[in-house]
Amino acid sequence: MEGDIAQLGQFIGAGLAGIGSGAAAIGVGHVAGNFLAGALRNPSAAGGQTATLFIGIAFAEALGIFSFLIALLLMFAV
Amino acid sequence: MATEAHGDETGGLEFHPLDQFIVKPLFGDGAVHWYTITNVTLWMALAVLAIAALFVFGSRGRALVPSRTQSIGEVLYGFTYKMVEDVAGKDAVKFFPYIMTLFMFILFANFLGLLPMSFATTSHIAVTGVLAIAVFLTVTIVGFVKNGAGFLGLFWVSSAPLPLRPVLAIIELISYFVRPVSHSIRLGGNIMAGHAVMKVFAGFAAIAAISPFAVLSITAIYGLEVLVAGVQAYVFAILTCVYLKDALHPSH
Amino acid sequence: MATETENATEAATNGDAVAASEVALGTPPEAEAAGMPQLAFETFGNQIFWLVVTLVIIHFVFTKVALPRIAGVLAERQGTITSDLAAAEELKQKAVDAEEAYKKALADARAEAGKIVADAKAEIQADLDVAQEKADAEIAAKTAESEKAIAEIRDGATESAKTVAKDTVKEILASMGFSADAKTVTAAVNTRMKG
Repeated sequence: MEGDIAQLGQFIGAGLAGIGSGAAAIGVGHVAGNFLAGALRNPSAAGGQTATLFIGIAFAEALGIFSFLIALLLMFAV
Repeated sequence: MATEAHGDETGGLEFHPLDQFIVKPLFGDGAVHWYTITNVTLWMALAVLAIAALFVFGSRGRALVPSRTQSIGEVLYGFTYKMVEDVAGKDAVKFFPYIMTLFMFILFANFLGLLPMSFATTSHIAVTGVLAIAVFLTVTIVGFVKNGAGFLGLFWVSSAPLPLRPVLAIIELISYFVRPVSHSIRLGGNIMAGHAVMKVFAGFAAIAAISPFAVLSITAIYGLEVLVAGVQAYVFAILTCVYLKDALHPSH
Repeated sequence: MATETENATEAATNGDAVAASEVALGTPPEAEAAGMPQLAFETFGNQIFWLVVTLVIIHFVFTKVALPRIAGVLAERQGTITSDLAAAEELKQKAVDAEEAYKKALADARAEAGKIVADAKAEIQADLDVAQEKADAEIAAKTAESEKAIAEIRDGATESAKTVAKDTVKEILASMGFSADAKTVTAAVNTRMKG
């Protein structure tokens, strides 16, 4: 096998960092699900809170993107 | 893009999902200087043209009963105006052209980047970083000009118990300076991730057994990316509004 | 994965973009890694320059042309809608007024008609009364006249009967050979006629 131990570490690390994307998916699902639960309980107040929903989703997703970025960095840049 | 240049050695699966993001000169093969006309230039110019077509050419009739393009422009105008007014407050309306510029540029660059064979300018951390740093500087300068030292009250959470306040101040300070980082990487990372995933699935399409699945997946992910393109532009704009609100009304 | 599949074409298209990554990998020069194009720092100047140019142009287009125009159109439309609404309100008020006037006219006409009917009725009643009165008077006069005539006739008849009775009595007496003076006969007849 060609390659070296450092490359092995890179690929394993990238794979581990990829888990973070899944975690972010859980987070986004939580935000959206809880928003929907609240919105169905009080539909009249839901319309004004869509901006908050998107901000929450954005914050949750940003962290997943960070881990994706770490994976990419390990794969291609290190 | 440059896929045919790769992989003649192994003959199997070859993924080069990041080749689509390479900045290269449009004319010739020389080095990329700051003034070189590159594919970045081309796609940014197309974004400018699209915006001009929609907002200037589309509204040239100034019709009381709007044409289709004019009403799209009016909808975007009204949407952004309402967002600025609702999120950042009435006194933030003078920043409306600034936010409109950022929002429309990102929106059009995202959508143009989704065209096949195109170049996604907003997938580059240099571009989104400049946008985010511009927002960060604007917010900080506006905050200090409007409120003077009172802007530092943003970091001093007066509703928290006194012993906790220094700790919270440090956390707030860190989160304040992380803002441009997350602001830029969120946008750039989302666009880059979507395009890279599409390229990966396009690589799978080379294998006959799973190519129908790969093509279906690309279709589905393309739909998702259209959604992401709009949502990320919206999120960038609305976070700008939220930061502006902090600058104009720093009290918690 | 990129390390062993690189070739010269890749390096050519990338220009010097690979310089940053090959140091870290420590691989031989002919096997350069592609690296992330996002981290090819020598392209940053180019991107930032063109981004700033783009943003300035868009901002200029928006502030000088597009946004004032759209704002003007929206304001004009709002104004038109408002004035149209006001005009509609005015027209509605006019319609209400007209309806009121119509109702009033109708009520007036009805009252007028009622009055005319009442007047006519009163007039007719007056005429009727006069005529009745006249008729009554005539009837009364006729009755009186007739009664008078009847009385006259009755008187005349009594007188005639007396005369006839006297004459008859005289004739009878004469034929019987009696002579009787007129006074006695008259007194006797009158006494009998009364009974």
